[in-house]
Amino acid sequence: MNTKTNKIPDSKGHFGTYGGRFVPETLMPALIELEKAYRKYSRDKDFLAELGSLQKNYIGRPTPLYFARKLTELIGGAKIYLKREDLCHTGAHKINNALGQALLAKRMGKKRIIAETGAGQHGVATATGAAHAGLECEIYMGSEDMRRQSLNVYKMRLLGAKVTEVNVGSKTLKDAINEALRDWTTNVLNTHYVLGTVFGPHPFPVMVRDFQSIIGKEARQQIVKAEGKLPDCLIACVGGGSNSIGLFYAFLKDNIKMIGVEAGGHGIESGEHAARFAGGSLGVFQGCKSYLLQNDDGNVLGTHSVSAGLDYASVGPEHCYLRDLNKIEYTNITDDEALKAFELLGNAEGIIPALESAHAIAHTIKIAPAMPKHSVIIINLSGRGDKDVQEVAKIKGITL
Amino acid sequence: MNRIEQVFRKLKKNSKKAFIPYIMAGDPAPDVTKKLVSDLEASGADIIELGVPFSDPLADGPTIQRAHERALHNGVTLRKVLALVRDIRQTSQTPLILMTYYNPVFKFGIEAFVKEAVHSGVDGVIIPDLIPDEAEEFIAFARQYKLDTIFLLAPTSTEDRIRKVINASTGFIYYVSITGITGSKLLMDETMKNTLTSIKQLTRKPVAVGFGISNPEDASAVASVADGVIVGSVIVKLISEGKDIAELTRSLRRAI
Repeated sequence: MNTKTNKIPDSKGHFGTYGGRFVPETLMPALIELEKAYRKYSRDKDFLAELGSLQKNYIGRPTPLYFARKLTELIGGAKIYLKREDLCHTGAHKINNALGQALLAKRMGKKRIIAETGAGQHGVATATGAAHAGLECEIYMGSEDMRRQSLNVYKMRLLGAKVTEVNVGSKTLKDAINEALRDWTTNVLNTHYVLGTVFGPHPFPVMVRDFQSIIGKEARQQIVKAEGKLPDCLIACVGGGSNSIGLFYAFLKDNIKMIGVEAGGHGIESGEHAARFAGGSLGVFQGCKSYLLQNDDGNVLGTHSVSAGLDYASVGPEHCYLRDLNKIEYTNITDDEALKAFELLGNAEGIIPALESAHAIAHTIKIAPAMPKHSVIIINLSGRGDKDVQEVAKIKGITL
Repeated sequence: MNRIEQVFRKLKKNSKKAFIPYIMAGDPAPDVTKKLVSDLEASGADIIELGVPFSDPLADGPTIQRAHERALHNGVTLRKVLALVRDIRQTSQTPLILMTYYNPVFKFGIEAFVKEAVHSGVDGVIIPDLIPDEAEEFIAFARQYKLDTIFLLAPTSTEDRIRKVINASTGFIYYVSITGITGSKLLMDETMKNTLTSIKQLTRKPVAVGFGISNPEDASAVASVADGVIVGSVIVKLISEGKDIAELTRSLRRAI
């Protein structure tokens, strides 16, 4: 890594103009305490050994890097590999971060962890981490999301977590984050907030990235072993941006094409999407400075995506920074394109992807044919699609 | 000398404390705000805080969250609040403080906002999600155009944070009485007294206390240890129910 990126972020969490800490003063001591604890334990042999052992024996790492032969033949062009984060315990990459933070919270002497969740994946992962670490757990979820993801709500309750319905604002992920921040502000002395993505106030963007960067570390070794060379292109979906940065981070110095795929919803021109880079502008939201979907008065706009995990008004600050450096490029995929890719992967490979990950597959379908046959693409298959089956059936007018 | 400083000096001379009520601009309707401000003045408010509605008010409890929603529904924006202040200033000299989240200010343009706020007759600004560490530019423009910057302290604040907030604040310092959001229950405990004492040892700037003060008894207890008492949720709640606030605000004034 070059020296410039080594100094990023600065001591206050700034990635260039992005990031920082925009929170009520009440939370500042907790953020400083968290930053110190994270710095200490991220170098602590005992902590790293515990995390490493659980990554292997509990999460099931390393996850496979699977050559999707039939998909490759079907599309034509570049060889397509899937990094199988869908095979992680709880069905998505979210557990990499949630378990790491739960272990950290326990070492910090916290008795309780809280989290927000949209689709429910991060909520399930956090409830799992809490059950494993023996911590009390409360998950905030918008009432609209609870309706769409009732299976995950029940899973969290089975895992011993309290699921609290958020009935204000748009009743979705951003409102759940507001409510989790309010809880943290109130119970900061005994509670740790397990933020689910590379967003929010420093040190969350750095800490979550580090817990997720194992994805890319493994993929780098696996592809060199399989192909004898590094890949030509990496593709991942971007909601907050944790699975994408998790894959990309180990390849940043390699000068490889990296593409982040945002949710295009019903299309950018419709205004109903969650493509922050295509339709947003610089703003300050939920703890950091980043690209934000907002109106001229600085109020945050409603977003839309068929995939709840990408349906968020802002994006991790490091993504903005890496975009400015031309390290990562960003594009977007519509609901319809993602739904087609969702079905295609099931048919071609026998793998039902999460709707989030289907966005990455959809973009691959667009660009792979134009690439030479010896070139290699790695897609981060960030989660499995079980959670989406009911919603997809509903969209297609099928009663289960 | 600016209006906020004058108010605290005058009160101190008379051994009195400041009564600082909060209302949401444009709630229940934009044309009612001016009348509410004049009612508050008549009840003896020394400084008035005007809330600026925002889509994601993460430091506010349910009562004020709903006021944000109502005001946004009424089409109120930061720009319109500034116009309201200009209108209020035609007839009132009471110090006015805006309480706004940071993004509307950031989107407006920091210098443009500070300039426009001062021009409109705003005396100070409270931004609950802006800490001094991130406020360098805002503070510089506020000093240039003479706008008070009121930062917040909390029961969790360490001495290092207290010093930072004191240095960045002008007008007064806003001490958040509880670890929590607006409208929580007040806890008059040793932490509050101890933190206020340690703040007072470090500065001669006035310290006003807010969050959780919901009746004359609370107000009286807080006034005994602070220079000012800020009351929001309970007033906003009465307004939302269409009730008259005069009885409450007068009893708060008497208690302070």
